[in-house]
Amino acid sequence: MSSDEIALEVVGLCKAYGALSVTKDVSLTVRAGEAIGIIGPNGAGKTTLFNLFTGIIRADAGRISFFGQDITTASARSRCHMGITRSFQVPQPFGGMTVFENTLVAAAFGQKLSQREARAPAAEALQRTGLWPKAQLRAGEITLLDRKRLELARSIATAPRLLLLDEIAGGLTESECQELVALIRKIHSEGTTIIWIEHVLHALLSIVDRVIVLDFGQKIAEGDPATIMKSPEVSSIYLGLEAESAHG
Amino acid sequence: MNVIDTLIGGLLLGGLYTLFAIGLSLIFGVMRLVNIAHGDFIVLAAYIAYLVIGATGLHPLVALLVVIPIMAVIGYLLQKWVLNRTMGDDDVLPPLLVTFGLAVIIQNALLAAFTSNSMRLSAGSLQTSSLPLGSIQIGLLPLFTLLMAVVLVIVLEFIFARTRIGRAFRATSDDPQIASAIGVRADHIYALAMAISFATIAIASVFLAMRSNFDPYSGPARLIYGFEAVIIGGLGSFYGTLAGGLVLGLAQSFGAQISPNMQILSGHLVFFIILALRPRGLFPKAP
Repeated sequence: MSSDEIALEVVGLCKAYGALSVTKDVSLTVRAGEAIGIIGPNGAGKTTLFNLFTGIIRADAGRISFFGQDITTASARSRCHMGITRSFQVPQPFGGMTVFENTLVAAAFGQKLSQREARAPAAEALQRTGLWPKAQLRAGEITLLDRKRLELARSIATAPRLLLLDEIAGGLTESECQELVALIRKIHSEGTTIIWIEHVLHALLSIVDRVIVLDFGQKIAEGDPATIMKSPEVSSIYLGLEAESAHG
Repeated sequence: MNVIDTLIGGLLLGGLYTLFAIGLSLIFGVMRLVNIAHGDFIVLAAYIAYLVIGATGLHPLVALLVVIPIMAVIGYLLQKWVLNRTMGDDDVLPPLLVTFGLAVIIQNALLAAFTSNSMRLSAGSLQTSSLPLGSIQIGLLPLFTLLMAVVLVIVLEFIFARTRIGRAFRATSDDPQIASAIGVRADHIYALAMAISFATIAIASVFLAMRSNFDPYSGPARLIYGFEAVIIGGLGSFYGTLAGGLVLGLAQSFGAQISPNMQILSGHLVFFIILALRPRGLFPKAP
């Protein structure tokens, strides 16, 4: 799937809150069309990394570039327009709006379209995620699985080139999880680059080409899934995580 | 004076209170901002209308075509340059304090510029015209005021429910951070909301100034009536704000029938009773 083009390049990224360092000198490269998994224990700084990528928070040091363009200081909005979108760990639909309006506003503003032009991509995002029958429901009233689907639908409605998924499989039943994985695989196979943070490892490993392991804000390992999961640095974390995902 | 007369008088007065309230309702809905200077901006707009009419000789309602854009630009820039800097995470106090300061500044600036003499905008024959309805005469100006309020409420409901910008208002209101993440410019959206709020202020000001005298200190009482209408109606819905304005107008109208001194007080009492019995107002938005 992946090409030689670099989608995201991160060099020496650092972020600290007072004395607490949450991201320590993280460097990574994601090629266009690749699917990358990020794992690590709670508090390892995974979500912080997404916040840095999307511009919700700014790095103290380091550089982020997206398809060759330096975006280190770009706003969240302009990064969205360049094609970086994320889903949130706790689904946060616009609860007062209908499911369709959620994707409509994402398509209209994420792709800078008029409302009329935005209707088609908004509807398509709902169809791809299987939410079309629920388009007219209020987003605050749908089930957890549907809210997770809506997170995805709203993200893809902005026509992302890079999709960041934050623990999207957590809290779902096994069959729901499989449905979601199939959907993500489809989005990936259609050319979207994906970085996926996930505790539910079997879901993650069924899709990603490469895994990055974070601990205490640092990248401690990186490589193909099979090798990484057997490595000694990871096995302790890995065991802990499997226990956790079994509860989830 | 019969009951029908009082009822109609109350509804017509409620139209004016709805005009005071609608801009407050809008900005609170979009960004949880309470504009303490709302009433003072209504008075400021009335003075701007006075200057425009003095320079051009236009009828106040025509002068609105000039005053509305002036106020909308003031609102946009005020939000963009001043209030956006005070908006934090769920902290409503800083913008509240800034608008409180603005209220004091506007009152004193108007006092310095126009003295404390009260003024009025002449509406010409509209001032005295009335429509006979059986045995009752309905003043044309109050009727226009109510119609304006109803039209404004319908237009704003439509904008919020159906248009691109309206959906961006609602998305940003729900969660400004996520709205930014899908490409919405929250600071621009806030400034647009304030611009629309200030356009309604311009309309309210001219209808107020044609109907009654105003002076630099007329603002706070208008703020109170506007507030009461918003709270009575329930936050988050323009139809609710219209209902709140009408209830307040009716309460004052019937209070005035008991005794002329009771007009203002009975409005406050009804507000207080509704606040005590239904703290979320008559028509709260579904949670």
